[in-house]
Amino acid sequence: MNRHLLSAGDLSREDALKILDTAEQMATVGDREVKKLPTLRGRTVVNLFYEDSTRTRTSFEVAAKRLSADVINFSAKGSSVSKGESLKDTALTLHAMGADAVVIRHAASGAPHRLTQWLDAVVVNAGDGTHEHPTQALLDAFTMRQRLGRDLDGAKVAIVGDILHSRVARSNVQLLHTLGAHVTLVAPPTLLPRDMQTWPAQVSYDLDAALGDVDVCMMLRVQAERMTASYFPTVREYSRRYGLDGRRLALMPKEAIVMHPGPMVRGMEIAGEVADSSRATIVEQVRNGVSVRMAVLYLLLTQDSTGQGTA
Amino acid sequence: MSWLIKNASILGGEQQDMLLRDGVITEMGKDLQDGEAEILEAAGLIALPGLVDLHTHLREPGREDAETVRSGSRAAALGGYTAICAMPNTNPIADTAGVVEQVLRLGQETGLVDVQPIGAVTIGQRGEHLAELGTMADSAAQVRIFSDDGHCVADPVLMRRALEYVRAFDGVVAQHAEEPRLTEGAQMNEGEVSSQLGLAGWPAVAEEAIIARDVLLAGHTQSRLHVCHVSTAGSVELIRWGKQKGWQVTAEVCPHHLLLTDEQAHSYDPVFKVNPPLRTAADVQALREGLADGTIDVVATDHAPHAAQDKECEWAQARPGMLGLETALSIVVQTMIETGLLDWAGVAERMSITPARIGGLNGPQRRGAAGGPIAGHGRPLALGEPANLTLIDPAARWTVEAASLASLSRNTPYQGFELPARVSATFLRGNATVLDGKVQL
Repeated sequence: MNRHLLSAGDLSREDALKILDTAEQMATVGDREVKKLPTLRGRTVVNLFYEDSTRTRTSFEVAAKRLSADVINFSAKGSSVSKGESLKDTALTLHAMGADAVVIRHAASGAPHRLTQWLDAVVVNAGDGTHEHPTQALLDAFTMRQRLGRDLDGAKVAIVGDILHSRVARSNVQLLHTLGAHVTLVAPPTLLPRDMQTWPAQVSYDLDAALGDVDVCMMLRVQAERMTASYFPTVREYSRRYGLDGRRLALMPKEAIVMHPGPMVRGMEIAGEVADSSRATIVEQVRNGVSVRMAVLYLLLTQDSTGQGTA
Repeated sequence: MSWLIKNASILGGEQQDMLLRDGVITEMGKDLQDGEAEILEAAGLIALPGLVDLHTHLREPGREDAETVRSGSRAAALGGYTAICAMPNTNPIADTAGVVEQVLRLGQETGLVDVQPIGAVTIGQRGEHLAELGTMADSAAQVRIFSDDGHCVADPVLMRRALEYVRAFDGVVAQHAEEPRLTEGAQMNEGEVSSQLGLAGWPAVAEEAIIARDVLLAGHTQSRLHVCHVSTAGSVELIRWGKQKGWQVTAEVCPHHLLLTDEQAHSYDPVFKVNPPLRTAADVQALREGLADGTIDVVATDHAPHAAQDKECEWAQARPGMLGLETALSIVVQTMIETGLLDWAGVAERMSITPARIGGLNGPQRRGAAGGPIAGHGRPLALGEPANLTLIDPAARWTVEAASLASLSRNTPYQGFELPARVSATFLRGNATVLDGKVQL
């Protein structure tokens, strides 16, 4: 496995399966009376969050604490960062403090890549701009495996919404391809990236047509400000053409599940009745996030520089 | 001092000796003798007229931590240049006679290359009101090129008026072609790589839409348009079409657009961030062919120094631009000569003769009288001509080390590249500014 987790595309099939299998073991820790393993005792994990994300930051924090690591939350607000400190200087500071792993969330695509050039610690990308969010893709794959009760070879996944600006979509497309699933991206043409021929995914503008034979329908959040930039005319029209409501849920096969990485906008990309239905996995995704992030931190922090596990 | 240059290959052709005296080539031929002159043995070296750059950012006044007129002049001389045109996006903006005269004076004080200031088209480069173009033209700096480079003159009426107005003093508007609404937040070429990297795209159409409009305006106004840093295959097509119409359209291409592609962005290292952005391999090929067939008239560096902190950061936060003066000739040799697309005479045409003509720097040399226009560049290497020339070792190969460049900044995209050809010596009005690859100041 690579030293850092920057992109879901860096994971081989073997790596990805190892993380998912390890996450299953980690999940059992959450069921114990004492929800803690001693594995990362004495190691320091820094959560370096330049964007507000209570969900992801808390998930990484719980994951690191369950592995007995010391956790430092370094949020951009109220720190030296808000006084204009550069990413490089922050990196040098964390390096000097002896951080073993840095989990970074940043509004700029590629910020985690830059970070690896300035410090020795293992870097985990917790979402960079409109680029990637690999642990989200891992927890999504984990959730699919759990719900479908099988490996993802041949599974049919539709990802619907603002693909252009979505780091979740970029990571999911790569990881799902690695795991053998077939991905269809559904969006209005304005919200699809240019020159996607090389992406291992099909593209459709028609949500109804895409839903007939899916195993998974993953809805992405669409920010209302995309409307002011004319990506679509109105929220109502977006919802009508690309929102998942009860009628569309009925078009999907009975066993197919509905996913959403959150935070969701009820009534926009997903109807409340769908979000609350038993077909939706939204709460499970959050729970599984902790197990998957435990697995990632555990595997990255216990392998030597050649990528071999030492634990 | 006089110089006797022995056995230089003139434009890559016949070997001749040249005697440089009082700023002029006073003798040319075989086996010249002169008791007083310093002798420079140039067998194996190629003599070109001193290079002329239509597009240099010197950062003075305002960002002297990134580059000064002096440090930029040193880089230029080392790159084989005898004249450079300084873009006006300084602080303050060069939109008045006062600022362009300051830049002119700083250039004269350094004295390594002629520094011709370019004036802003609009006040503060804000694209709202014309700057005092005529006053800058009449000033000591005698400005003839006007540009809002870094920004596009996006308003079609303002662009039309600027094109018309500068005709009164044979001026030219050098346009940074970038439709601003199509490039809001843009970070790199829009295409497969930007989609993968999640960096906001700078689409080719944003450049081409402005070029199409401006070529039509140049035709309509019968004025001179110069298109800065052309970067796409479509732009080459549009310029070719405008030239076929017989309109006065010229264009430049930057060395980095002749060599590098947007694949470089995979590193997220903003040393590869530049505006217009690095494009695709197909664009690179079209630019090379356009430069070879004369559709693109000149190579210009867009030398854009930036302080370390403006590049050692996230891609989106970094300023766009790369160093270019000291590597331009080598990149042109690699991309145009080694590929057989140009010979040395063609390089002289595109890096000296034509840029000097576009910039109005090719008048007969002034003699003694101070205050005349910058002149004497891009002229033939012939008897009685100004002794502005550079000697190039075509067989040399060198490895780019950012730290050893003369520029105050380090943002070269060629760090560690092994490049062909090296400037051995440069002469400005008969004075050696570079000897044995070392700047003489």
